[in-house]
Amino acid sequence: MQGLEKKIKDRAIELLESGKVDGIIGWEKGQFIYDPTPAVFTKETGLDNFCYNNFCGANLSKYLVGKITSDKKYAVLLKPCDTYSMNQLITEHRVNRDNIYIIGVGCEGHLDVEKIKRNGISGITGVSVDGENVNVGTIYGESTIAKSDVLLGKCEVCRGNAHKISDELIGEELQTPEASDRFEMVNKLEAMTAEERFAFWKGELSRCIRCNACRNACPACTCRVCVFDNGRSGIDSKANASEFEEQMFHIIRAFHVSARCTDCGECSRVCPENIPLHLLNRKYVKDINEFYGEYQAGEEADQRNPLVNFGDKDIDPTVISDKEGN
Amino acid sequence: MKKIALANMNALYEAIAKDMNLYVPIDNKASVNYAEWKQGDTPVFDKMTVRSAKDAFFPQCENMSTFSRDDDNRIIIDKIKLTEKDFVVMGIRACDVKAVAVLDKVFLSEPVDTFYKARRDHSILVSLSCSRPEETCFCSTFGIDPAEPKGDVAMYIVGDYAYFNACTDKGEKFLNGVSGLLENANDTDVDAAKAATREIMTKLPLHDVTTDGWGAGVLEEMFNRPEWEELSSSCIGCGTCTYVCPTCQCYDIRDYNGSNGVTRYRCWDSCMKSDFTMMAHGNNRTTQLQRFRQRFMHKLVYSPTNNDGEFSCVGCGRCVAKCPVSMNIVKVIKTMGGKK
Repeated sequence: MQGLEKKIKDRAIELLESGKVDGIIGWEKGQFIYDPTPAVFTKETGLDNFCYNNFCGANLSKYLVGKITSDKKYAVLLKPCDTYSMNQLITEHRVNRDNIYIIGVGCEGHLDVEKIKRNGISGITGVSVDGENVNVGTIYGESTIAKSDVLLGKCEVCRGNAHKISDELIGEELQTPEASDRFEMVNKLEAMTAEERFAFWKGELSRCIRCNACRNACPACTCRVCVFDNGRSGIDSKANASEFEEQMFHIIRAFHVSARCTDCGECSRVCPENIPLHLLNRKYVKDINEFYGEYQAGEEADQRNPLVNFGDKDIDPTVISDKEGN
Repeated sequence: MKKIALANMNALYEAIAKDMNLYVPIDNKASVNYAEWKQGDTPVFDKMTVRSAKDAFFPQCENMSTFSRDDDNRIIIDKIKLTEKDFVVMGIRACDVKAVAVLDKVFLSEPVDTFYKARRDHSILVSLSCSRPEETCFCSTFGIDPAEPKGDVAMYIVGDYAYFNACTDKGEKFLNGVSGLLENANDTDVDAAKAATREIMTKLPLHDVTTDGWGAGVLEEMFNRPEWEELSSSCIGCGTCTYVCPTCQCYDIRDYNGSNGVTRYRCWDSCMKSDFTMMAHGNNRTTQLQRFRQRFMHKLVYSPTNNDGEFSCVGCGRCVAKCPVSMNIVKVIKTMGGKK
């Protein structure tokens, strides 16, 4: 990864120096090894603090939404999975493609420091990946864990190392992690009785603190003013006033992004309470696949999603009542 | 000083929970948070909770009054009953104890917040001396000694025992109430553990963070610093940092208009959010830069300016651990602190 970091850095400096772009959206070193921050690098800031390590899970595509009216040109570093989001944003005209230079960067799966900490490891001072293992240095001693146990949730179901859109690639030869069945948990939820499923979601969503991190990190959530922040909407809310409300926020959000959600996994990655929010979206992804045929949001730019692309083979809406709420 | 064998802790929880509500850190398999102790629960004292203990005094959402109509169509206003039952919060770290003092200053000075005061009056804080500080901890930056927490009773877990020292009259009374379960111990029994914690603190990655450059009276020079732009550009404007923060105290008051009348409630608000302090004329902070700056200026400048130099950050590290984009108060302090 260090070699790749240097390659990206050198190329970024070249792009800035040549004036091809005005800024590079990448990751900046944090206080520890595991907390790189998305940042804009310019000629002025330089790239001394740039980093690309095993903890760059953040999907940077959404940072372009705020630049849509800018006349500056930005290069953005996207991992293979992030490129689906970029295609989706282009499709929805939420970014200005002409002012974006996409650098697809290689990926071998990113790590979840929360999972490392859940293994009882604290006081982390360093993390290094050694093949299938992750070595963690702490002020209390060294630990080794299997990489597969501490991958980000999104990397466990990786869709491979192909960038779906890019202007150039760096390190694309890296091998992404082997994927497990991404619908495994959705299948389990579907097999539950309605009561069991309600209990499952009640248990998970009752931890929600309505920080809105899931919404704000979501590349599909690009409304200028969210209905939940809009005082004139009549349903704006700052807290979960009831159990009903904590479910409503998440379910409405999942419906709103259905067929637009690329399953990038940012919602669950950013949740401070580790709620598996992606499962709601993934259920809709699975339903859409079953109802309309295989569909992957963001597979390419400017594709029409099945929910807005009416056809005579579309499924009869009565399927909902036939499924009896399942 | 008193002690009890860790093996007998359940008897202590039972004794406390008989007459009072007992809140302890519980691991729900996905995160550790304070929850009411129930028979069969094993508190987790070696992990930081996601949410702080402030929830016990200042819950995220609470009803304040209800409005309904009687048979003659007159409006009836019912106040919500204040907390009347004593409760114990056990396992609060030194940073969070200090945070309660910060909240006290806000809610207990005139005009007194009656909801908060009722909870504080009925609360007993059993603090916990840290034995395994995390890399995100930087309480020492704010002069806090994690080995010697305050509160009503200080608890130390050393070896096979939990030790207790009363710090207030309330704490003394609490320990007397469960004295049948406790044995006598020497204050010196926990000295080695305290020394070990202080030693660890000097090795933590954030041990050298200082508040140089921040504090009372630097509003003018800090407010217009150009660094705010770059720092705030990473912020996604969620409320994670404010909601996991033990000292963030902003709230909004709202009416819920249901079919059986109106419920007036208050809920946490966050200066990071776009509709914070929204008024008839609009919002006085319209950009994320302004909102981002507000939070850190409040913690590091306004608060010390108005409170004899007291910062309203206690270095618990929750925002450091939980920010979705790892943009946090340590980065802000370091980026602008110490250099003028």
